[in-house]
Amino acid sequence: MSSRGTVAVVRVEDLHKRYQADGPEAVAGIDFEVREGEIFGLLGPNGAGKTTTIGTITTRVRPTSGRVLVDGVDVGEDPVSAKLRIASVPQLSNLDRALTALENLTFHASYFGAPRRERRERARELLGRFGLGGRENDHVNNYSGGMAQRLMIARALMHQPRLLILDEPTTGLDPQSRLFLWDTMVDLRERGTTLILTTHDMIEADRLCDRIAIIDGGKIIALDTPTRLRRLLPAEHGVEVTVAANADPSPAFTAVSGTERTEARPAGDGRWRVRLYGEDDGRNGGLPEQALSAAQSGGLELIELKRLEGSLEDVFVHLTGRELRGADGARVSGRWS
Amino acid sequence: MSAVGVTGSPRVAQATRNIQIRAFAALCGRDLWVTVRHELGSFLAQALLQPIFLLFVFGRVLPEIGAARPGYGTQLLPGVMALTLVLTALQNTALPLVIEFSFTKEIEDRLLAPLPVAAVALQKILIAALRGVLAGLLILPLAALILPGGIHIHGPDWAVLIPIFFFGSLAAGAMGLVLGTAVPPNRISVAFAVVLTPLIFTGCTFYPWISLHQLRWFQVFTLINPLTYVSEGLRAALTNLPHLAGGWIALGLTVALVVFGTLGTRLFIRRAVD
Repeated sequence: MSSRGTVAVVRVEDLHKRYQADGPEAVAGIDFEVREGEIFGLLGPNGAGKTTTIGTITTRVRPTSGRVLVDGVDVGEDPVSAKLRIASVPQLSNLDRALTALENLTFHASYFGAPRRERRERARELLGRFGLGGRENDHVNNYSGGMAQRLMIARALMHQPRLLILDEPTTGLDPQSRLFLWDTMVDLRERGTTLILTTHDMIEADRLCDRIAIIDGGKIIALDTPTRLRRLLPAEHGVEVTVAANADPSPAFTAVSGTERTEARPAGDGRWRVRLYGEDDGRNGGLPEQALSAAQSGGLELIELKRLEGSLEDVFVHLTGRELRGADGARVSGRWS
Repeated sequence: MSAVGVTGSPRVAQATRNIQIRAFAALCGRDLWVTVRHELGSFLAQALLQPIFLLFVFGRVLPEIGAARPGYGTQLLPGVMALTLVLTALQNTALPLVIEFSFTKEIEDRLLAPLPVAAVALQKILIAALRGVLAGLLILPLAALILPGGIHIHGPDWAVLIPIFFFGSLAAGAMGLVLGTAVPPNRISVAFAVVLTPLIFTGCTFYPWISLHQLRWFQVFTLINPLTYVSEGLRAALTNLPHLAGGWIALGLTVALVVFGTLGTRLFIRRAVD
């Protein structure tokens, strides 16, 4: 992801938020930067502080302390200038129900001072791009969930924001709509829009995000690329080798250096799957290279060789625990009584 | 757009101001468009059905069956106009706010428009006031049709009528702002009943304030109700009946506008920004 810029579009500095003077901190000291042209994911259990963090960026939540800069503009000091640079797509529809789809777009653009002709042209172009052409004069009440979601993104793009914030954009959508939105987000990034995405969907986060911050208890507990986050899982590193063999082939792999533990299981069809767990220290060409030569010298036919990585979901559960969360984000017992 | 945000220079300040003014005008544009293109029928029904029946029953039926004096309709007209003006402005601020803040969340798109949050509240009041003025004015042709022998007004005294319409509708819009932001959505129907019923019946709509001197405590009580000042103001503008002194009317409307305007804006900001 080195092609992404290094300019910070969003900078969150020592953010704290307490909704009641004597209540708990919803956000307890968060710092992060979102770089130009990246898709930045905010992951966390319910009540972790994601929505509050997003709210401070969109001017809807006033921080108790700390500050948020969008494109160099202090959101607290100059919310109007900040709002010119931001667009937000909420989880639930907030479309203007008195208006048609086309009017939703054109009036939104008019709030941002776009000339009449330009807003009509842009609205029609976006409606076409989002597969809503032909339905532009429908009232949005008649729109399905997926259509409403697409229309909200189209509306957000009407004023050409530097930063687009999407709050759980694919929750409750059918697979087609979800795939479409994923493509759209990647496309937007290619066009230079910076995106912040909150989600519970690990596949979505893994697939789309350049970097992910995992939030829990109002704090960032991990922030990195999806690949590096997966490496946070201590026990899951290593390689998996599938070979053609009639008996347990693991003795062939004893020479592989850096292996802490070996597991071998028959995979059916005269195949065995051998997992070599351990830190890849890069010696002798690294684990995959060594496993390959071990298989060859053992006279085993190689079927598949892959690096073992935990899923992002494993990382998430590893970092935030298995317990269900109450309304305030506190852990509650998930056991049946 | 990129120049905005580098605060300090007067040119930038001017550009920011222009952006805000344009956004304010665009929000008004949206509301006017919706009023005319999408909601004209429902707006007129909501605003005018009640006054039509008031004029018909109190101005026509009661005098004809001998339950009220023949001239009662004329006496009633300024009151019905005031009631329509105030209720329309109040409801057109309060009801959309309740719905947009809690159910449809439509307000969010406005709150993210490039203008201060308080300006969004002001814009809501302004459009509701405009709707109130429109509904109030429509009472005249309606009364001409409904009242026996048409309408008999003195004047009108435009120098009184225009400021009463202007400040009365804004004050009512501000009251709607308080109601729409202070009341939780699950209580709104009871809040409307509890607020609107006394407002309607203690606002000197059906009786001139002066004639209450025999019921002194009630006469004093009606002075709490902002509608009293609108009713009495329109009575001054449209009839030669005795009415509350002009200075009191001006004071009453000013106090209502300032108190409800300030309170409503505060409540609105509290709802809009956590």
